[in-house]
Amino acid sequence: MRMSPARVWRARGSRYRLEASRCKDCGRTVYPPRPVCPYCRSRNVEIVELPRKGRVVTWTVQYTVPHGYRSKAPLILAIVELENGTRVFSELVDVEPEEIREGMEVEAVLRKVYEDGDEGVIVYATKFRPIKTG
Amino acid sequence: MVGVGMTKIDRHYDKDMRSLAAEAALKALDDTKGADPKAVVVGNMMSSSLYQQDSLGALVADAIGLRGRGALKVEASCGSGGHAVAVGYSLVASGLYDQVMVVGIEKMCDYPTSVVTAGLAQAADAEYEVVYGASFAALNALVMRLYMSRYGAKRESIALWPVMMHENAVHNPYAQLRFRVTVEAVLRSPVIADPIRLLDAAPIGDGAAALILASEEVARKLSDAPVLIAGVGMGSDALDLASRQDLLDPISIRYAAKQAYAMAGIEPRNVDVAEIHDAFSITALLSIEGLGFAEPGKSWKELEEGRYRPGDKPSLNPSGGLKARGHPVGATGVYQVAEIAMQLRGDFPGIKCGGEIGLAMNTGGVATLTTVIVLRR
Repeated sequence: MRMSPARVWRARGSRYRLEASRCKDCGRTVYPPRPVCPYCRSRNVEIVELPRKGRVVTWTVQYTVPHGYRSKAPLILAIVELENGTRVFSELVDVEPEEIREGMEVEAVLRKVYEDGDEGVIVYATKFRPIKTG
Repeated sequence: MVGVGMTKIDRHYDKDMRSLAAEAALKALDDTKGADPKAVVVGNMMSSSLYQQDSLGALVADAIGLRGRGALKVEASCGSGGHAVAVGYSLVASGLYDQVMVVGIEKMCDYPTSVVTAGLAQAADAEYEVVYGASFAALNALVMRLYMSRYGAKRESIALWPVMMHENAVHNPYAQLRFRVTVEAVLRSPVIADPIRLLDAAPIGDGAAALILASEEVARKLSDAPVLIAGVGMGSDALDLASRQDLLDPISIRYAAKQAYAMAGIEPRNVDVAEIHDAFSITALLSIEGLGFAEPGKSWKELEEGRYRPGDKPSLNPSGGLKARGHPVGATGVYQVAEIAMQLRGDFPGIKCGGEIGLAMNTGGVATLTTVIVLRR
């Protein structure tokens, strides 16, 4: 991907702080934020921060990766349902593929996702890791 | 529809976009009695990302001797071809032109898989999915795992789909993968993005297909066996997967199908033969359910019962489908419509299913942008 500083800067709220849009009319929250509520078409939306804990809904271990991601293969990608019911797409880290279960509890961490060449922009975003119990 | 043409899907290292598009387009012209298209609609996904080539309408129109005529490219990722047909149809139905050429063209084989994978991933959400390195297969794998978990679908039952597609493609001279596979071979093939394996996925290939559409009056002069476009529908879903209300409810397919069925005055049970989108095995299941051929969560059971083979109603993908006919992404939707037209005319060179009512369903992304086109003899 070709990344520019402005492009990365614009997404800082949603990528770093998990900002979503909450509809003040129907009350539903959607990530990433949108100008119009996709459920009721209301334009009366506000930016809110999502909870940083959730559960794995579905996941994949991806072996064939796009150009630029070869050093990270295999990637573990997942959809996580956060504590308020909002779902986000992200990467699972600090976990082995065989340890993952549907419903596994995870928490958000800030990690590097992409380096645009040796001298380009480095993109950071929220990933999820298992919550260690005991 | 008064003329169709297509090329074999293959690794056409010796042909550039001009020559490949022309091969299909000139066949379509020769399939008519002297058609003279007033505009050209090109379905294509990756000319920009892989070949740094926009203005594709001009490239194709000029290559086939139609310099001067209106031309444009329609992009809806892997659904570009079906959307190009919908646009071509509307240009004729609106009365703007009495004859329009639709050409689907895609070249994918010039670059290594990692580059093509990155190009295909542009169908997904760049800022929130692709930035993590997600491939198109990975996004479909998320859906497949959820499907298997919710409905208890067996892995070996889902593998029956690629087995059937390869069987059908053996008979299709235009197909890319003309060999049989077994359930065991599917289950032993390399994992691309767990639980999707290589033999669940459509191959990478080059191909072009073309149609000539004409108003009803002109159509009778240009062809002895014109095929009627009886219904057209389009639908969309969220670009990203996570925000969808239910990952297993393909709303873009349902919306498109509802419109197309209503316009044609038919129901799913009336369809004799269909070419549906099966970029991955899971895509086939969602397509079958979204079109109303099976209840949600039941299509894998129908495969176990041997449904959808040639002769069944509906027969699905007698061409071999995306899985084995091949999937030159932006051209696929045009291949499907051309194949169904030939099925209804009775001159498809592979497995013949015949019938009165046919359907072509093409989608881009993970059922993100869908067209459904109903044809009648």
